[in-house]
Amino acid sequence: MHPRRWTEFAIESLIRVLGLSSIGFVLLIFLFLLKEGLPAFLQVPPENLLGTRWYPTFDLFGTLPLILGSLLVTATAISIALPLGVATAVFVREVAPGWAREVLKPMIEVLAGIPSVVLGFFGMTVLAPLVRETLDAPTGLTAFTGGLVLAYMALPTIISVAEDALDAVPKSYRDAGLAMGATQWQTIWRVVVPAARSGILTAVMLGMGRAIGETMAVMMVTGNAARMPTTIDSLFRPVRTMTATIAAEMGEVARGSTHYHVLFGIGIILFVITFVLNLVAAGAIFKKRRRGGLR
Amino acid sequence: MGEDCELEFGDSAMVRRGWLLWMLLVAMGIGWWWAGCAPAPPPDVQTGESGATYTIENKGSDTLVNLALAWAEEYMRLRPEVRISVTGGGSGTGIAAMINGTVDIANASRKMKPEEIAAAEANGIYPVEFVVALDAIAVVVHPSNPVDRLTLQQISDIYAGRITNWSQVGGEDRPIVLLSRESNSGTYMYFLEHVVRLGDKESDLLFSPDALLMPSSEGISTEVRQNPNAIGYDGLGYVTPDQKVIAVAREPGGPFVLPSVDTVNDGSYPISRPLYMYTAGEPSGVVKEYIEWVLTDGQALVPELGFVPIEGEGGTP
Repeated sequence: MHPRRWTEFAIESLIRVLGLSSIGFVLLIFLFLLKEGLPAFLQVPPENLLGTRWYPTFDLFGTLPLILGSLLVTATAISIALPLGVATAVFVREVAPGWAREVLKPMIEVLAGIPSVVLGFFGMTVLAPLVRETLDAPTGLTAFTGGLVLAYMALPTIISVAEDALDAVPKSYRDAGLAMGATQWQTIWRVVVPAARSGILTAVMLGMGRAIGETMAVMMVTGNAARMPTTIDSLFRPVRTMTATIAAEMGEVARGSTHYHVLFGIGIILFVITFVLNLVAAGAIFKKRRRGGLR
Repeated sequence: MGEDCELEFGDSAMVRRGWLLWMLLVAMGIGWWWAGCAPAPPPDVQTGESGATYTIENKGSDTLVNLALAWAEEYMRLRPEVRISVTGGGSGTGIAAMINGTVDIANASRKMKPEEIAAAEANGIYPVEFVVALDAIAVVVHPSNPVDRLTLQQISDIYAGRITNWSQVGGEDRPIVLLSRESNSGTYMYFLEHVVRLGDKESDLLFSPDALLMPSSEGISTEVRQNPNAIGYDGLGYVTPDQKVIAVAREPGGPFVLPSVDTVNDGSYPISRPLYMYTAGEPSGVVKEYIEWVLTDGQALVPELGFVPIEGEGGTP
């Protein structure tokens, strides 16, 4: 074979091996998660696992307060970050002059690089007292505080991906809108944003993934009380999330004990929840595509 | 037509972004050069040492880690040929490491559990226990809280969720916010067994589900410092002056006692516990000498770190 062909072949197979191995790693991680987590569902009766009391040292493994806690914090974060993020993306892409965009975009991307422990510390020492005093809550370490910090963490992802989606809308759409006599606002709101809908949805899903999987900051600001968030004021009371539970307890748990398996079991639940969320999002995007939307 | 326009614009944006990146790189380079000009930090003392011939691995309880470090530093100063490396991670982590045979001494703020001892014996390791110091557990509140004394029964009722307002124990009309350590901490277990359950083995009381489980001592002190509703507990060594320590009484009639070295040693302060070191098997050689030093001369360092020295012997297996 020609020497040039050889290098081509070597590089191609190297890339193929690297690409396949990343899939392999994900599969292995998933298998490991199943191997360590499935015993939990066999060892602990379902009425205990679905109970409302999480006292792992006394074999009470009620995961319901943890699941609801995670969902409450994530929902709060997304309902804050979604309008802010999309509005910022629209501003950066559609309204801001070119030079401002060139400054803003890298700055937003830098925001994503702030370590979560720094944000958690900020939330614990600055945000929590503020929340307690302004809302007159018993403590500032609440689901709402967690939602605020997570919203801040999800924002760079949402803005950046939504901005890319808006960027992909052809200029001809905007020209057409303006030529029809629509104002800039009408063009943005009725033409550009709907055309970028699927990309914006991806942005929100990625942001939500960041929020539900975040651990350190959440552990520092939500108070970690495994109470059922069923009352109306629960948003302004402490909660315990699934991720914080795994992080706080995994370090000291005896390997191979029921508690150990239950922590991995929570990992499986978390995995299933994010998987279903992504599936729903992918389904929505697929539907849009068939209807002839962009991307 | 839009296609071309878009492409051209994209290119120029890329060029400009590249320019920004270069600026950033140059700035970083200058920063680096600047840092290089600063006086170099003194070389690591430990790497300079080549005379160390004995190494002791010591790991475990985060409550004990500062004390263990102080002991190790002092002992290495006295005996330069011995190297002691101390790491935290929690009582369970240290004990697990000792069971796996990776450390010589495990620090623990609780006794080894029967299943841990069984696991160690299955590995052919027979752990030996030493009480190396005592730790008073202080109950703390915000300095502005008028409550300054509580009975054990009241603290138990507060943490079990039966008392939920400070006015029920003579304070202001404020909700009580419970702060606790995480459930894997030795301090949590001790507080549950000896305070919430008042030492009653039959009791099945638990912490109220409303209790905030803080991942660190720092989490507790931060919240107590800023929240007038909060009540927390932690080792006396971790209590900072800006928290108010509660005087505790065994019986409703008093006497109400503040935690200190004296009140722990004479037994009048009701919430104190022993801290342990475990060795893998009966210690010998350097480990034996080190443990003996910790139990005798080493005790002089204990009060400096806010713990209470053991009196007399106490290192009985």
